[in-house]
Amino acid sequence: MSVLQRFILSKKNHITLISAVLIVFGFTSELGFKNEIVAIWSLAIASILGVAPIAIQAYQALKVKVVSIDVLVTIAVIGAFLLKNFEESAIVTFLFLFGAFLEQRTLNKTRSAIKELTEMAPESALKQMDNGEFEEVKVDDVDVGDILLVKTGAKIPVDGTVLSGEGHINEASITGESVPVGKKKDSGVYAGTILENGTLQIVADRVGEDTTFGRIIELVEEAQDSKSEAERFIDRFSKYYTPAVLGLAIIVWLFSRDIELAITLLVLGCPGALVIGVPVSNVAGIGNGARHGVLLKGSEVIGDFSKVDTIVFDKTGTLTTGNPKVADKEFYADSVGEVLAYLASVEKESDHPLANAIVEHIGAIKSYPIEQTDVVKGAGIIAYIDGHRVAVGNVTLMERENVHLAEKARADIARFEKNGNSLVLISVDSELKALMGIRDQIRPGVKEDLQKLKKLGVKNLVVLSGDNQGTVDLVARELGLTEAHGHMLPGDKSKYIEELKTKGHIVAFVGDGVNDSPSLALAQIGIAMGSGTDVAIETSDVVLMNSDFSRLPHALGLTKATAANMHQNIVIAVGVVLVLLASVFLSEWMNMSIAMLVHEASILVVILNGMRLLRFKL
Amino acid sequence: MQKATIQLETLTCPSCVQKIEKATKSLVGVDKESVKVLFTSSKVKFDFDAEKISVGDVEKAITALGYIVLKSQVKDK
Repeated sequence: MSVLQRFILSKKNHITLISAVLIVFGFTSELGFKNEIVAIWSLAIASILGVAPIAIQAYQALKVKVVSIDVLVTIAVIGAFLLKNFEESAIVTFLFLFGAFLEQRTLNKTRSAIKELTEMAPESALKQMDNGEFEEVKVDDVDVGDILLVKTGAKIPVDGTVLSGEGHINEASITGESVPVGKKKDSGVYAGTILENGTLQIVADRVGEDTTFGRIIELVEEAQDSKSEAERFIDRFSKYYTPAVLGLAIIVWLFSRDIELAITLLVLGCPGALVIGVPVSNVAGIGNGARHGVLLKGSEVIGDFSKVDTIVFDKTGTLTTGNPKVADKEFYADSVGEVLAYLASVEKESDHPLANAIVEHIGAIKSYPIEQTDVVKGAGIIAYIDGHRVAVGNVTLMERENVHLAEKARADIARFEKNGNSLVLISVDSELKALMGIRDQIRPGVKEDLQKLKKLGVKNLVVLSGDNQGTVDLVARELGLTEAHGHMLPGDKSKYIEELKTKGHIVAFVGDGVNDSPSLALAQIGIAMGSGTDVAIETSDVVLMNSDFSRLPHALGLTKATAANMHQNIVIAVGVVLVLLASVFLSEWMNMSIAMLVHEASILVVILNGMRLLRFKL
Repeated sequence: MQKATIQLETLTCPSCVQKIEKATKSLVGVDKESVKVLFTSSKVKFDFDAEKISVGDVEKAITALGYIVLKSQVKDK
C-alpha cells in the first residue's frame, strides 16, 4: 500500500470533519444565497474527499477478492457523482464515514471490560543477568528458569516459585479474592497478581500466554470471537449477500435503465447491522461476565446455558465447603480438658479429614507424648497415653473395645447421625468420654442463590453425592432441592446425566472440577467452581472464579439477557433491511441519503443495545 | 511448525476480518486451517512453517492491506 493511501486512511476523522463543513457550506450557499456554483463545487469537493478513504478500502478488499461494504458504497457514490447528483454523493460519503467513526467509539466501549483485564497483564520484570545483577527487561524476554526479583507494589511477571524472601500477594486478578495471601520459600506465585508487601526472588515456571493469567485472557478473547451456529450462518450469508446486492443492482439497471434506482439499491443493501449486531451482544455479555468472576466460553455456551432447565450439583465442594467441621459434641466425663488433650494428641498423628477437623476444632492445647499407636482400619486408632488406653474412632471400634454405651449415649448417637454427622467417639480405659459429630458445612448463602436460580426458570435442582442417602437428603431438604441421590460414584454421576439428556432435559453440571471432569464434559453446560486451576479452566464451559457460588445466578441471568439481546439485534437488523427494500419499490421518498442514514442509525442502535449488557446486574 | 500471534491496531469492521483472513491464508507456508483472526482483541493467530515463510512476510502482507501491526510473537509448537 502506498504512502499516500496510508496517509489518507490515517486522516479519516479529519476528512469526515472537513466534508461536514463543506456540506453545511454548500447547502447554505444554495438555500441561503441561491449561489448554485459555490454549492456544487463545495459538495463535489466534499464527495471526492469523502470517497477517497472508502475507495481505498474497497480497492484493498477487491485485491483479496472480497466484495465489502466499501465496494458497494464506492460504486454508488461514483454513480451519483457521474449523474451530477452531488448532494447525494456528499451526504452518503459523510454519513458512511461518520457512522464508522461512531461505530469505533461505541465498539471500544463494549470492549472496555476485556481491556481492563488485559491491562492488568505485567509488562516488565527484574531479571537476574549473567553478572548476578538484576536488570529491568520486557516480560516477553523472560524465559522459563530465569530468576526474577519482585519488589513491593510490583506485579508478579510470570507464574513461578518463590526462591527466597517473604511477602503478601493480592491475587484478585486470578481468584477474585482480594484478601492478600502470605508467600514464602517454595510457594507458587501467579503472573498478574500484586506483591503488597515484602520482596521476593522467584524462578519462572511458566511465561507469557502459558501462565494462568495469560490463559484466562486468551480464553476470554477467543470466547468473545467464538461463533455460534446462527452467527456462522450470518457470516456465510453476508459473504454472498454483498456480491448478490451488487448483482441485483446491475440487473435492475439493465432492465429498468434507471441508474438512480440501481445505486440506491447498492446503498440500502449494505448488511451493516446484521454483521455487527450479534457479535456486539456476545462481546458485551462475555465482558460483563469477566468483570464479575464468570468466564463464559463463547456464544454457543451462552445459547445453551440460557435454555437450561436442570442443574445438577456435586455436593462436596460445591453446595458444601468441602471442609468438614465439628458441628455437635457431647461429653461423658468431668475432666473435659484432659479428654480434649488426649484426643488432640492422638488425632495429630493422623491425616484423616475427620482427624483434621477435630484438631482444628480443639485448637491449641496441652500435648501428650504418645507411647504406642495401632490403626484399626475402617474403625479408628488405639493409643497409649500416660499409661491409659485411649481409643478414638467410630461405634464399631467402641464395640471392639467393649465400651459400654449408656442409654443417653445411644440417644445422642442416633440424634447426631440424623443430623448428617460422621461420628467420632473417644474412650479412655474402655469408658466412653466424648462423642463428636462432624459434618461438611453448607456454603453460606447457597440457599438464597438456589432460590434465585428457580426464579430464573430452572425447574430441576438435583444434588448427587458419594455420601450416604441420609446425609444427601438432609442437604436437599435444607436447601429446597428437587432431587437428591446418594451413594454415587463418579461413573454413576455421568450415567445419571446421560439419562437426563436422553429425557430431553438441557443439563448443566456444577462441580469443583477435581474428580468430576467426565460429568463436566458430558453435561451440555459444564460449570466449574474453579479458583483459576488449569483443569477447571480446560474442561468446563463456564468457570466461576474463586469458587464463588453466588456468581451462578448472575451467570444464568447474564446468559439469558445476552441471548435475548442477540435476538433483538437480529430482529432490528433484518427488519431495517426489509423495510428499506420494500420502501424503495413502494414509496417515493426513498433515496440514497435516507437509506444510508437509516443504515448507520440501525448500526448504532444495535451497538447501544448491546452495551446495555455491560451494566447487567442480577 | 511455529505458532505466531500478531497484535494489530483496533479492528472496527467485521469485513476487515475477512480481508486479513483471506490474505493470510493465501501465503505459502502458513497453515490455512490454523489461521484465526480475532475481531474483538484485534489479533491474528496462525501456525507456519519457518522454512517457507517468516513472520515478517506475514506482517508485510497485512500492512499492505492497510492495517497497522503493533507487535508479534512467535513460539515453537
